[in-house]
Amino acid sequence: MTNLAINLPGLELKNPIMPASGCFAFGREYSEFYDLSKLGAVIMKAATGTERFGNPTPRVAETASGMLNAIGLQNPGVEKIIEKEVPFLGQYDTSIIANVAGSTLEEYEKVAAAFNQTDQVHALELNISCPNVKEGGIQFGTDPSMAAKVTETVKNASQLPVYVKLSPNVTNIVEMAKAVELAGADGLSMINTITGMQIHLPTKKPLIANKTGGLSGPAIKPVAIRMIYEVKQHVSIPIIGMGGISNAEDVLEFLLAGASAVAVGTANFSNPFVCPEIIDALPETLNRYGFDSVEDAIGKGIM
Amino acid sequence: MIKKETMLIKFVEQIALDTIEMVVENAYISKTAIPGQFLHVAVDGQTLRRPISIADINREKETITLLFKIVGSGTAKLATLKPGMSMDVLGPSGNGFQIVDKEPSTILLIGGGIGVPPLYYLGKTLAEKNKEIISILGFQTEKSVFYEEKFSSLGRTYIVTNDGSYGETGFVTDVIEKAGQFDRYYSCGPVPMLKAITAKLVDKPGMISLEERMGCGVGACMACVIPTDSNGGYKKICSDGPVFHAQEVSL
Repeated sequence: MTNLAINLPGLELKNPIMPASGCFAFGREYSEFYDLSKLGAVIMKAATGTERFGNPTPRVAETASGMLNAIGLQNPGVEKIIEKEVPFLGQYDTSIIANVAGSTLEEYEKVAAAFNQTDQVHALELNISCPNVKEGGIQFGTDPSMAAKVTETVKNASQLPVYVKLSPNVTNIVEMAKAVELAGADGLSMINTITGMQIHLPTKKPLIANKTGGLSGPAIKPVAIRMIYEVKQHVSIPIIGMGGISNAEDVLEFLLAGASAVAVGTANFSNPFVCPEIIDALPETLNRYGFDSVEDAIGKGIM
Repeated sequence: MIKKETMLIKFVEQIALDTIEMVVENAYISKTAIPGQFLHVAVDGQTLRRPISIADINREKETITLLFKIVGSGTAKLATLKPGMSMDVLGPSGNGFQIVDKEPSTILLIGGGIGVPPLYYLGKTLAEKNKEIISILGFQTEKSVFYEEKFSSLGRTYIVTNDGSYGETGFVTDVIEKAGQFDRYYSCGPVPMLKAITAKLVDKPGMISLEERMGCGVGACMACVIPTDSNGGYKKICSDGPVFHAQEVSL
């Protein structure tokens, strides 16, 4: 019997598969396709202090083996999320991770503290890496001292374990990871999207209204693998890996690079059943490559 | 309810400039889809699906007609599919056109370019309910014109081309007066056209269908939103729409 379970700070996961933040909203739409209790966890769409509308459209563009998006953290605000969305997800037998975003330290603090009101959220994912909003997010994600500061602030405000979501848009990812670990992070979540742009030939202008967008999908998988591989060797906190995962083989590759669990994002769009399909395929894939459990495979690719 | 379905391709033909008509077979979609809904079609090798509106349905034969324009690599690949091959779709997606059954009425259909197809299935459905149908169909040029005969079989039909190479010259809004009296309108086409129409027909009840680049197509990713006011209100085109009351969204 292959053991898919994995225990991480705040999270007793029955399997290591979770939909990634921003690709699954608050689960309602995908609950029409399958029972969300099948999932190891759900990472909710980012919450900010107050409601945000986000960027103008077009917000997405397809690229070779991927897509660009610039949604702009559209969300109903943390209070509404706690009131309406958390109880919905709470009906399911799965862990809930709340993605916390903001423009200022105060906003991060407010959002993180707000999730103390509910006992249905099991961990926070600290979003310091959204490339698509003018303020907030990315400057905290590219400067190690700012990243440490916001991690510390959120750790002090929250009773929950905090997974810091790192941006790949930095020169030295290890430095960022070490800075947030030192500041008290319980885990890492990596990678967020890579900033990119596409110019639309008929209009000769950037296709996405925000001009730049975050690249996701299989195109960024090698970047994610490389960064996790590097970071794993320098930190002792667990990593939730993400970036272009679309099948069980991809999951194993992330585990081998050093991830303890994974999130699936863009692949949900083309196949709404991708998460349960990966969960079903994972035991056979682990066995085929000589592993009896998820735990066994973590970091085994590092040499 | 949206399901992931496999459709068997029965027929593929280019019917106008860059415009492909495809007939596919699927029991569930043909029984459940209503006018104005779309299918989210997977294209081999592409990250995202392509939203394509339903142009017609034959419930007895369990077939669905899709019309699409080749605008990029995805639609170009779709156009190479052949009868006998199959296609993976999510659908029927979105909310379709609401039909008012009660009073006898005259309906004006206004379509622009690749916004014309969903109006055909709507027009056919309305004609079966004994509504009088008037259609105004706008295209860029003569070579882009399609479905003139099909719409003519439903009622009086005006074709408009931007360059005047066929039918009337100009934009669909230039022909609305000629069409005469009507009680209700339905429109689908590019946003500038819908903007002009909803402004001109502000006193008439109407519905419009929008298109936008989509991510998930099920309402989760927030890629295809449209504002409803200036206070942050919004609707999701893929799941709240693509059909809206004419004054419901801010174009």
